[in-house]
Amino acid sequence: MMGLIRAIARHPSGRIGAAIVLIYIVAALLAAAGLTPHDPLQQFRIDRLKGPNGTYWMGTDLLGRDTMSRLMLGIGQSFTIAFSSVALATLAGTIIGLVAAWWGHLWDGVLMRIMDVLLAFPAILLAMLIVAIAGTGTWTSIAAIAIVYTPIFARVVRGPALSLKQRDFVDAARTFGSSQGFILTRHLLLNLVAPLTVQVTLALAWALLTEAGLSFLGLGTQPPAPSLGVMLSESKNLMTQAPWLMLFPGLAIMLGILGFNLFGDALRDILDPKTQGRAA
Amino acid sequence: MTLLTVRDLRVGFGRDPRANEVVKGVSFTLGAGKTLAIVGESGSGKSVTALSVNRLVDFGGGRITGGSIVLERGDGSRLDMTTADEATLTHVRGRDVGMIFQEPMTSLNPVHTIGAQIEEAFRLNRGLTGEAATRAAREALERVRIPDAAQRLKYYPHQLSGGMRQRVMIAMVLASNPRLLIADEPTTALDVTVQAQIMALLAELREELGMAMIFITHDIGLVAGIADEIMVMQHGVAVEQGSLDAVLDNPQHDYTRHLLNAVPHFTFGNTVRDDGTRNGQPPIVTVDNLAVRFPVTRGLFRRRTGAVHAVDGVDFDLVPGETLAIVGESGSGKSTTARAILGLVQATRGRIDAKSGRSGRPVQMVFQDPYASLNPRLNVEGLLAEPAIAAGQRVDAKLRERMVTLLERVGLSRDALTRYPHQFSGGQRQRLCIARALMLNPDVVVLDEAVSALDVSVQARVLDLLIDLQREFGLAYLFISHDMAVVERIAHRIAVMYAGQIVEIGKAAAVLATPQHSYTRRLIAAVPAVARRRQRFTVDATQVPSLVRPVGYEPPPAQWREAGDDHRVRVEETA
Repeated sequence: MMGLIRAIARHPSGRIGAAIVLIYIVAALLAAAGLTPHDPLQQFRIDRLKGPNGTYWMGTDLLGRDTMSRLMLGIGQSFTIAFSSVALATLAGTIIGLVAAWWGHLWDGVLMRIMDVLLAFPAILLAMLIVAIAGTGTWTSIAAIAIVYTPIFARVVRGPALSLKQRDFVDAARTFGSSQGFILTRHLLLNLVAPLTVQVTLALAWALLTEAGLSFLGLGTQPPAPSLGVMLSESKNLMTQAPWLMLFPGLAIMLGILGFNLFGDALRDILDPKTQGRAA
Repeated sequence: MTLLTVRDLRVGFGRDPRANEVVKGVSFTLGAGKTLAIVGESGSGKSVTALSVNRLVDFGGGRITGGSIVLERGDGSRLDMTTADEATLTHVRGRDVGMIFQEPMTSLNPVHTIGAQIEEAFRLNRGLTGEAATRAAREALERVRIPDAAQRLKYYPHQLSGGMRQRVMIAMVLASNPRLLIADEPTTALDVTVQAQIMALLAELREELGMAMIFITHDIGLVAGIADEIMVMQHGVAVEQGSLDAVLDNPQHDYTRHLLNAVPHFTFGNTVRDDGTRNGQPPIVTVDNLAVRFPVTRGLFRRRTGAVHAVDGVDFDLVPGETLAIVGESGSGKSTTARAILGLVQATRGRIDAKSGRSGRPVQMVFQDPYASLNPRLNVEGLLAEPAIAAGQRVDAKLRERMVTLLERVGLSRDALTRYPHQFSGGQRQRLCIARALMLNPDVVVLDEAVSALDVSVQARVLDLLIDLQREFGLAYLFISHDMAVVERIAHRIAVMYAGQIVEIGKAAAVLATPQHSYTRRLIAAVPAVARRRQRFTVDATQVPSLVRPVGYEPPPAQWREAGDDHRVRVEETA
């Protein structure tokens, strides 16, 4: 674990990605602890539509709310949804991929065809469809995004699992009489940690974007609670009078996705089996 | 007349080639029509030396850091390959220096017929097109002794066996009529009888065409029949070079002597073990009429059109403390037999009785590839603990003590416990696999080509270890191998498998000294041996029969005849 952290610190772009992700997490934690510069929901009526200044670092909106405080809370909201949905997708996708690869035949055919159907829809459309059926709310957002990204994890797991299943060490384990659960966890899952880690990081970036998209369309987080998508949506009529309202959430989304992508690429380089010789 | 003169060749890799030299000053000369064998173990720099001659080493990241390679070209001019430009080199590689590689499947393009690929070679090197190219391709295939050449031109690489593919590669190289052929371990991936065929073919072609050859191999026994001169390499230096007889009969350098000793010498059953234990004890494993068949299906509805009879009607037994070797070529069903005994494949018919002696799982297995049979993500403690966990034991101090005892017994130290597989060499990994197989105190260990992937000197030490362990723990071994010389060293009894059936079984000395079945004779004749270097082999293109049978086919009952005390032979059909 320490070796991994050191390797990321050495990786030129991974460093930047990790730093961005870390800053976001700190901001979100501070907001969750109530340590924002101002109350994110309080309306300072006299300070409406103020540009960035000494008191309000990122300005205020139409109702006089502090953009920076709302941004921090919004990041927290977006991250909660992104992390929960990716965690769910990883869990479901890994189980589906393992079952399909291990038992094969009918299981493989049925499960992977369902995954193919899900994968055929554009992510945001599928998420909208699910929210439209189930209604809006934080939990439905999490579920919708999780369902959208499950097929990707199922595929990432199934491919390598199929080839690991054929490896001699799995046969060796069978000759000892190891149980299926033991083989699945110790021999398959343990060897899938590296590709899964990379996929999780990259999926976080997509989940962030999908969540912002849903909120922008009014299907995700509901006002007055802030999220990056909601803030963008609220700013769109004031684009010319108060460009900072659009600029900061937009930048926050862009940098967040960039951060996860850089971090994921670095992990991919570090965990690549070809360079596996040294890092155990 | 010298064709090639190499002086003080140095080749390095990486960012600083001079600091990472793999070949450190090698010199040799090669006369026209002569054969030089470069012998060494993996990492000795033998391949890099040969690849430097046609500068293919550049594409692998190597840089020639010193020395000269002077080649006499077809028109009599001399060319220093170390300074030639890429355009000239391309020309030289096509016309003057041909090369064949170890793995013929990856050197052929799978989406073109072999005919198209050979014609391509003729088009590029001789400018032949259309009819003329097709005719030349057919003649080339005939020259490498492929039967039905005209038909085979339409085949794709995957439709041919490994030996056939290697012949196709040779045919392509011959298209340019090279003055020098570099053969980089051309037979390592092939079965022993096929290897003998390819070696005989190369020897014949050399005589016919008068080409020189550089033959790279790790098997000093193999070169005996073909080389004029030998160069032995170790750590990038040529430790000994000289004429064939001088090097083999009177080796000067310690390493050459070591290699010659480590190569299992095949002696026709004169040096088999005499500590056999077959004197009426009940067998620990009995295999009775074992058959393994894999269905062949066709079409959308997976209609069964037949079955591959991988193993058919195999019987044998194994008593404690004895080694039964199963020999045969790839596809003979020997590994399938082993896997059926361990329950890794389902037996279609027949009985396998393994008495549970000292533990609940009396049969354990060691696999061929020590890199693939250890989970790379577990440390040694985790690896060794697995059989015990599977048997319901707890991982406690007592179990750890057993791990340490076994590790020390197989020649590894106590601190190996916390290390991971990639930190060990191939031989050490195989020792780990052996220790793991012994964790549950088995009665029988199945060794599936367990020493085939190892360098010869490592192979010899692992074999010695196996024999020691057998005596100490009273183990019975089922030793699966294609290498007769290795089998001679470890087996008490031998079963020869061919096309899914045992064709001959009996005492090792009897089977090796007086082989009765025609296939056993062929197998023994194909073993390369230093002692038999004067012997010439003829090219034999016999193919293994297809094992695919129609649905419901049952082989006729086997007829056996006794050929002496504990020596039985299957009666051959007279066709």
